[in-house]
Amino acid sequence: MTSIDHGAAPVSGAGARYRVCRFTGLKVDSSAEALIKVNAVAAVLFLALGGLMGLLVALTRWPAVQLLDAELFYLVLTGHGANVLLFWIIFFEIAVLYFASSVILGSRLATPWLAWLGFLLMVAGAVMANYAVLRGDSSVMFTSYPPMQASHWFYLSLIIFAVGALVSVMVFFGTLVVAKAENTYDGSVPLVTFGAITAGIIAVFTLASGAVILIPTWLWSLGLISNIDSLMYKVVWWGMGHSSQQINVSAHVAIWYAIGAMVLGAKPLSEKVSRTAFLMYILFLQLASAHHLLAEPGMSSTWKIVNTSYMMYLAVMGSMIHGLTVPGAIEAAQRRNGFTRGAFEWLTKAPWGNPAFSGMFLSLVMFGFIGGISGVVLGTEQLNVLMHNTIYVPGHFHGTVVAGTTLAFMAMTYLVVPLIFQRDIVWPTLAKWQPFLFGIGAGGISLFMMGAGTLGVARRHWDISLTDAAHAFEYPAAAYLMMGLNGIFAILAAIGGVVFILVVVASILIGPKLEGPGAKMRFPLHDQSREAVAEYGSHGTLKLPGTIILVGIFFACFVLYYFVNWKYLSELWLFR
Amino acid sequence: MAITPPSNRLWWKEPIHGIELGWIVIAFLWGLFMFFFMIAWHFIGEQNLSTETYKVKPERYQERVEAFAAEFQAQDADGQPLEENGVPVVRPPVGGDAYILARLWEFWPILELKKGESYRIHLSSADWQHGFSLQPTNINISVHPGYEHVVTLTPTGTGDFGIVCNEFCGVGHHTMTGRIRVVE
Repeated sequence: MTSIDHGAAPVSGAGARYRVCRFTGLKVDSSAEALIKVNAVAAVLFLALGGLMGLLVALTRWPAVQLLDAELFYLVLTGHGANVLLFWIIFFEIAVLYFASSVILGSRLATPWLAWLGFLLMVAGAVMANYAVLRGDSSVMFTSYPPMQASHWFYLSLIIFAVGALVSVMVFFGTLVVAKAENTYDGSVPLVTFGAITAGIIAVFTLASGAVILIPTWLWSLGLISNIDSLMYKVVWWGMGHSSQQINVSAHVAIWYAIGAMVLGAKPLSEKVSRTAFLMYILFLQLASAHHLLAEPGMSSTWKIVNTSYMMYLAVMGSMIHGLTVPGAIEAAQRRNGFTRGAFEWLTKAPWGNPAFSGMFLSLVMFGFIGGISGVVLGTEQLNVLMHNTIYVPGHFHGTVVAGTTLAFMAMTYLVVPLIFQRDIVWPTLAKWQPFLFGIGAGGISLFMMGAGTLGVARRHWDISLTDAAHAFEYPAAAYLMMGLNGIFAILAAIGGVVFILVVVASILIGPKLEGPGAKMRFPLHDQSREAVAEYGSHGTLKLPGTIILVGIFFACFVLYYFVNWKYLSELWLFR
Repeated sequence: MAITPPSNRLWWKEPIHGIELGWIVIAFLWGLFMFFFMIAWHFIGEQNLSTETYKVKPERYQERVEAFAAEFQAQDADGQPLEENGVPVVRPPVGGDAYILARLWEFWPILELKKGESYRIHLSSADWQHGFSLQPTNINISVHPGYEHVVTLTPTGTGDFGIVCNEFCGVGHHTMTGRIRVVE
């Protein structure tokens, strides 16, 4: 097996300082390390703020509680979206990109000053956006559909943040060039870096779409442009809004592979298959953003079907492939590690006490079963009419972005703290339970919001009892029950979130130092020195019965749920 | 490992494992099926969202809705124009055009339709974007200002149906509702 620093050339005149990680043998550039730290810390701070806002939203939507008044609710909901969907995730992704380029390739970071500039712009944008939202004149929701208008500070803040993110992504690409030029690695880039490159390429497209739509909208808010067409805005905005979720998918799939490798020594079953699956994201996911426009006037059915199905299903295929190869690689590694009994000993004897593994595996399962299946159903031209803008939609994307991406990022943090901050995790028992608390909470809110959405409950809505409305309408009692359960599971997720932030912040500040020789990590990494020479996959005897059963269950659920929704649809009023 | 360069430099020449290949074929065929099923539903299904759309000035649309409401407003037993909460109840001609205006914060007017009959329902907004969410049948359609969307609806049940706005439209969003009555 080729190790990362094998054959690494000495750095030429760049003035970069390195340390060699005692646990992984990875060469860590000190400026990359510093930038990973600041981006990760910023991410966690915005997660804390956005998560708190999310809890307030869920408690307001719990009909029996209805915590906030209407005006404050819409304000907090706008802030929740911006802080978690943009700031937490993108700051963390930038940290992941630097990790996947500089640390994994053993290279110096290209132009650290530019990386710092990008970081400062992102911080400025994120702080400004919170200022604009908290002022109270920008409660326009994350999507900010015109002709509803926010304060011009709101649009400007998003532009500044996007520019900062774009600068950081460019530093990532620059680092890849540096690593190649200075021969810091041998052969092709590792799969995790490949996944990060996918995320980076999609990020450029995403941020460009954002610029195309947000700059005119900003000028409009300043009075320099008289009109923004509402339909045009939606088409271009979703080029950012949806594609940014593909950055998340690429990044968290790369993290699944990374955690599988670091904790269990998992090797991709086939580099070719996994890389092709990533490539499909680049080729097809952007056009799939059309699935946000299935209930709009003005687009032809052909346009909708081609973009939402042909394009999306090839990208969905990419995700389904990862859905097999990630657990497959883990099963193969575990079988090689000696857990060969039955179909599932590899899974039951997996290191469930290691939050990096448990978080990663829960993320994998919930992203597929909850976020993935519901996403395909939502993205079907006719079925979309059943759920468009109901709370089913947030149900779906809490399955992808919270139970999927956020949980994967949390799991990765349990490796980043010891390896980059060089501090051990304090309170290991709390840390062990954290992914389960957060994961079950996030899974619950996704499922109950989807349930309520199936019963017609609107998203972004303060009062489903419609007390002050001119024409009363009563949602079924089950809808109230679902929204109440959503509140309870949101509390559970919030507890998981608080535990995460406490453990991480405390570990960074007061955790035992791991710099000295002989210091041991509480959650050990895979011991590569014990690794057998077996190159599974090449000798054709590989058996993965557990993974086959898992994907079989997944596929059965997928098909069943797909047709159940057609059945629902066929019972509606007729429309054409 | 996934964090090290592929141990086989010629990784793209490695044969693909049978399990992976099988799954790729299943995923591809399933995607193909879902693609064709969407097209098929246009022929075998009775719920396909219309794409008939016109550009319209919001003021002009509002005038047409008002003229429509004045022409077809229902009358009670005494010959008085029928209203509910001050909103006219309108009986559009069977098979004909019916108009709904979305505005801050109501859907106007109230329509009274006959079960099993088809109506060309026009949807547009006078101001911001709104969401036409017909409950409890659960039909959800976006409504834009400047675009007139014509959807042919055929009610299959009777009673009072609520229209709830499900596109955020400012601080009165949760008070924005409308109504469609369906009679035998």
